[in-house]
Amino acid sequence: MTTDHDSAYDSLADEHGGDARWAFGTGFDDPLSGVDTAIPGGVEAADLAVYCLMLADDALVMSQRLTEWCTNAPELEEEVALANIGLDLLGQARLLLARAGAADPSIPQRLAADLPHEDALAYFRRAAEYRNVTLVEVDNGDFARSAVRLLAFSTWRLALLDRLTSSRDPVLAAVAAKGVKEVTYHRDYAARWVVRLGDGTDLSHDRVAAGLAATWPYVGELFVSSDVEQRLAAAGVGVDPAGLRAEFDDVMRQVLAAARLQHPAAESTVDIAGRSGRHTEALVSLLAEMQELARAHPEAIW
Amino acid sequence: MTATAVTPETELQRHFEDTIEHDRRIEPRDWMPEAYRKSLVRQIAQHAHSEIIGMQPEGKWLTRAPSLRRKAILLAKVQDEAGHGMYLYSAAETLGADRADLTQLLIDGKQKYSSIFNYPTLTFADVGVIGWLVDGAAIVNQVPLCRSSFGPYARAMVRICKEESFHQRQGYELLAHLMGGTPAQRAMVQDATNRWWWPSLMMFGPPDADSPNTQQSMAWRIKRHTNDELRQRFVDMSVPQAEALGVTLPDPALRWNSEREHHDFGEIDWMEFKRVVSGQGPCNAERIAHRKAAHDDGEWVREAAVAYAAKQAARGAAA
Repeated sequence: MTTDHDSAYDSLADEHGGDARWAFGTGFDDPLSGVDTAIPGGVEAADLAVYCLMLADDALVMSQRLTEWCTNAPELEEEVALANIGLDLLGQARLLLARAGAADPSIPQRLAADLPHEDALAYFRRAAEYRNVTLVEVDNGDFARSAVRLLAFSTWRLALLDRLTSSRDPVLAAVAAKGVKEVTYHRDYAARWVVRLGDGTDLSHDRVAAGLAATWPYVGELFVSSDVEQRLAAAGVGVDPAGLRAEFDDVMRQVLAAARLQHPAAESTVDIAGRSGRHTEALVSLLAEMQELARAHPEAIW
Repeated sequence: MTATAVTPETELQRHFEDTIEHDRRIEPRDWMPEAYRKSLVRQIAQHAHSEIIGMQPEGKWLTRAPSLRRKAILLAKVQDEAGHGMYLYSAAETLGADRADLTQLLIDGKQKYSSIFNYPTLTFADVGVIGWLVDGAAIVNQVPLCRSSFGPYARAMVRICKEESFHQRQGYELLAHLMGGTPAQRAMVQDATNRWWWPSLMMFGPPDADSPNTQQSMAWRIKRHTNDELRQRFVDMSVPQAEALGVTLPDPALRWNSEREHHDFGEIDWMEFKRVVSGQGPCNAERIAHRKAAHDDGEWVREAAVAYAAKQAARGAAA
């Protein structure tokens, strides 16, 4: 028996540094190698770091929620798709966290000497230090609610990343260019499900309508711009989320019409602002689970 | 198909046997004995179920993976397993089976899956040991299936084996990394190895003397090696890997036999094997209950998709 697969097995105990077969983002290379990581002129490093954290935390927390669907999805195709979307967002988060840590090394609380920035930031910040919008942190609910949330999130993020491709910061521009392709698919996937559920059975229609009602209170926050976002937008490095509303409404109107769903009335203003660190209880529980093992071994590298 | 109607069964049987004899592939449209078809559906379905149930023990660590890189690796792996399940169910469908029916048989406990997934994953090192030993044993079992006489199964297995080898390397890399880490991390690896070594040896099935299906499966070239042959191969491969890692395999009888040119190893607890296969393992009930809950909870979603597709088709016809 001498096939390729056997020799792959036999060579297991050999050195395999620099093996090109590692999947993207799972190898050992610095993800930002080869990209100009200098801080663009006219921007405070601390501002850039916080901005990267905002976009990173949105993706990281959304990815964590999507991961919870694993082994619980309604069909195998959905297992694969939801994991794939979670993996894309995790990849975006890692690049942005690395950028945040490199731009302002005082942010992460470094424990083990060679703990990567991305892990210091993901595992050793408290909920109040997370900068994500609260839309991504609330519980999944049922499949309909998850589909509506994913639709709202990816519609908003796609509009944002699309504009970010022309950022003066080469790292943000590169992350955005990669992200646009990914999130285009995420939005399409979510939209198809919202339409299928809305125009499926009476039961699925009711559930997706309920999912829409539960999600909508978190939508207003997506378009409130923080000081950091305004400063970075003015410097041509970031995007002011206030400018994304028209595109978001336009896409949602089209999808909801196809899904035979009523467009929700103007959302209530919720007194929560994830960008400034004010979160729901849901994020506290999410982080308790996500960070548990890393915090039990603060001196370890995994 | 008209040819099928007029060709006498004995001639079809002879042609089938000739195909097997010359190591050519049987394809879905070819005539095949009913027992061959049934045996294959059973084997492929069990394999597909194993991929899907196998997502659970490792999937439990996805939300708690202690670094983002490990999380990405694990998520990609669990996603691959869902993909393997999908194309194995497709291979079974080429034999006239239906994915929904097979899923129901799994949930009702009427079809089996690999018993290894009835053991719990108690620490993050289990994720690495599953990659190293469980995926490793699966590869040893599955590489010969790439030459299975049934074409769609053989082709699915080529792709699956490639991805499994990759998972195995990732598991081993995790363990090698942990062995270079803190004392707690090293202890975790040894503990996980102690718990998974014997169940991994059981993955090759009962000893040849007690394996009722082996002979027919080998004659049909659905299966290529006996359980004991494959088990021995796995032991021989794993010993140097354990040494390179610096972990001790939990078997005092394990030693090189220069006469046989193989490793001797201790007696497997076949009573435990029988218990777990018959549903009395640590997590049997939990694994099936989890799969059933996901399936039941998703029913309204699948119904909505069917209803929507029917409406779209009706609209298309009316337009």
